[in-house]
Amino acid sequence: MFKTNRKSKSKLPPISTASLPDIVFILLFFFMTVTVMKNTNLLVENTLPNATEIEKLDKNDRVIEIIVGKPNKEYASLVGVSPKIQLNGKFASIDEVGSYVLAQRAKMPEQLRKVAVVSLKIDKDVNVGIISDIKQELRKVNALKINYTTFEGDAFINLK
Amino acid sequence: MSIKREIPEVNAGSMADIAFLLLIFFLVTTTIENDKGLNRTLPTDTEASTIRERNLFRVNLNSQNELLVEGEVIPISDLQEKAIAFLDNGGVLEGEEHCDYCLGEHNDKSSDNPKKAIISLSSARESNYGFYITVQNELVSAYTILRNRESLKLYGISYKKLLEDYADVSLSNSDKLKTKSRIELIRALYPLKLSEAEITN
Repeated sequence: MFKTNRKSKSKLPPISTASLPDIVFILLFFFMTVTVMKNTNLLVENTLPNATEIEKLDKNDRVIEIIVGKPNKEYASLVGVSPKIQLNGKFASIDEVGSYVLAQRAKMPEQLRKVAVVSLKIDKDVNVGIISDIKQELRKVNALKINYTTFEGDAFINLK
Repeated sequence: MSIKREIPEVNAGSMADIAFLLLIFFLVTTTIENDKGLNRTLPTDTEASTIRERNLFRVNLNSQNELLVEGEVIPISDLQEKAIAFLDNGGVLEGEEHCDYCLGEHNDKSSDNPKKAIISLSSARESNYGFYITVQNELVSAYTILRNRESLKLYGISYKKLLEDYADVSLSNSDKLKTKSRIELIRALYPLKLSEAEITN
């Protein structure tokens, strides 16, 4: 009697894993709802700066994206190390910005063209010169609404 | 003589593995999109008007990443305070352009009225973009502080709260219109006039 009692005590019941699929499915649905599919591979380094006074960008269908940064290591031998503009998954020169924006705007439905926003995703270590050139090009094609895309956070982190 | 057959239970042990595979697939192929930032409107080419020097607050970034305000080098931590002092000055003491809500020094060497005050931000080509964004952020926060103050005074809630209310989907239409008119009024009191001039030097 004493013996059997001790034996049953030492044997732990197995942990039920029946709820494990449910937990994983919840995680899966969470990621499915908060993320979007990658549409472009980044060819450049792109650490956005931080800012606090931020506004939310409009819906995705009216946003034109321009990415600027130093080329990634594997492209450095091809295009050099100075900051480059990336449009639609390709490196581009400054003259192509205007025509790219016009082409993207022409693809949008009529009613969205007026509210189109250019989202400037610029690495925080880039010099202001290239950004100023981009802004000049945007002014030429009358794309005046821009958004300096940033992370939310203390802006003084950018100075370090 | 029916034989009672028991339906075998489907083994759900591999369900977790399948879900994990799907989860990892989504983790790899998707990104969390960053869709926030500082909105700006670029000036059109034709915009040209005469502005009095005292209504202009010149902020300049040089190539050594130093901040110059009206020709003086200042630390970035003082920028917000200086911008507020400039915007809220209300230099015109009487007449139509008098600013009755301004709490500044009413100095006749600084801005006449927040509606006329313009902040001009220029930079050298070599200055750093992160620094540029920090400066922009500080200047916008100066406007936000003043707008918050006026909004609290007029409506008892801050400007930021007004914006949050406006974005709130559960708000009824009439409330939304009311909030919108309030936001527009506050914006008219302290209009954001931040000019990003072309490159100097």
